[in-house]
Amino acid sequence: MSGVTAILNDETKKVLIAPLVNDNPITLQVLGICSALAVTSQMSTSLIMALALTLVTAFSSAAISAIRNHIPSSIRIIVQMTIIASLVIVVDQLLKAFAYDVSKQLSVFVGLIITNCIVMGRAEGYAMKNPPLESFMDGIGNGLGYSLILVIVAFFRETLGSGKLLGIEVFKLTKDGGWYDPNGLMLLPPSAFFIIGLIIWSVRQWKPEQNEKVEFKILAIAHGEGGHH
Amino acid sequence: MEAYISLFVKAVFIENLALSFFLGMCTFIAVSKKISTAMGLGIAVMVVQAITVPANNVVYHALLKEDALSWMGITGVDLSFLALLSCIGMIAALVQILEMILDKFFPALYFALGVFLPLITVNCAILGGSLFMIERDYNFGESVTYGVGSGLGWALAITVMAGVREKLKYSDIPVGLQGLGITFITAGLMSLGFMAFSGIQL
Repeated sequence: MSGVTAILNDETKKVLIAPLVNDNPITLQVLGICSALAVTSQMSTSLIMALALTLVTAFSSAAISAIRNHIPSSIRIIVQMTIIASLVIVVDQLLKAFAYDVSKQLSVFVGLIITNCIVMGRAEGYAMKNPPLESFMDGIGNGLGYSLILVIVAFFRETLGSGKLLGIEVFKLTKDGGWYDPNGLMLLPPSAFFIIGLIIWSVRQWKPEQNEKVEFKILAIAHGEGGHH
Repeated sequence: MEAYISLFVKAVFIENLALSFFLGMCTFIAVSKKISTAMGLGIAVMVVQAITVPANNVVYHALLKEDALSWMGITGVDLSFLALLSCIGMIAALVQILEMILDKFFPALYFALGVFLPLITVNCAILGGSLFMIERDYNFGESVTYGVGSGLGWALAITVMAGVREKLKYSDIPVGLQGLGITFITAGLMSLGFMAFSGIQL
């Protein structure tokens, strides 16, 4: 019995930890980038979005996994969509009731959790084959991997773009008599692309096994041999 | 008429779904390796967007909006919280129907677009377009314009991206940045370029 729990714990641990760096949904699986880029100009919206997505992924995976043996495979996408959409409506209504300002700032991006590929991807790729508890953990794990990237991007964009973090002043701005001249680009959409690109680069320097297979290689030209004519 | 042209230009360039709202990014990154496939997907998105945004507009105004059911004699009912579910259901159903119609009547087009159609149901650009339509309270005419315009903008962005990536394949990029990394940086630069359009006042 203890052996079974040990295996279960290993499995749970694996599905919780792996998506953080080694199998990150954003940097490696390229899923769910839309919202990762759009909501990150402020830390507070990113945290709410990360929380919302983690909860939706976890609960939808658990629910789908619980009824996985009863879903006919030809209509499984519709069934998954309905479960996910219902959960997102719950989240959307909760946000409107308790955090109206944030819900206004997130605008359509809460609704877009429905089509966030992470949620669908985990439902299709993991929850359809595994029991509810592991699927729930897998949902939490992937949600956390997504949250990690979101928080990193939001950290750079908010501190460099407006000198604040969670609305609290970090760098004193020049217009208030301080020294920091905010970088307006950080608040605009392109900066999110740049930061994610750089994050991917750093992760791959750290873990070279994530590098992609090269399609086309430039041959090194031997300098100094044929250079005299 | 002028208002529609202005809305169209805004939807294609200034508020480009892919580059200023980051919608449909997953497919934007994954399917932009070759110009021909990117163009196929772009056209499919444009067609689906032009159909689903007006369709969702009709459903929303006739059934879900506050007091929308008054034509049936029911007042004081606000079903707008169901908008998310109805939009995604509508999109999934329409994509399925479109696929069957194409298969039956335009087999050549079906084979060209076939693989992309199922992908489109989960493309956030499509759902995003419908949600923006609801949020901004467009009327029917505006929703048609916005649907076509935003679809065209997305198609334009992914085709340009594929063009850049085809050339990029032959450049000497640091190992860790190859593939995904440089794609993001390129998308960022393109997004910067598209931001130049935001100065246009119509």
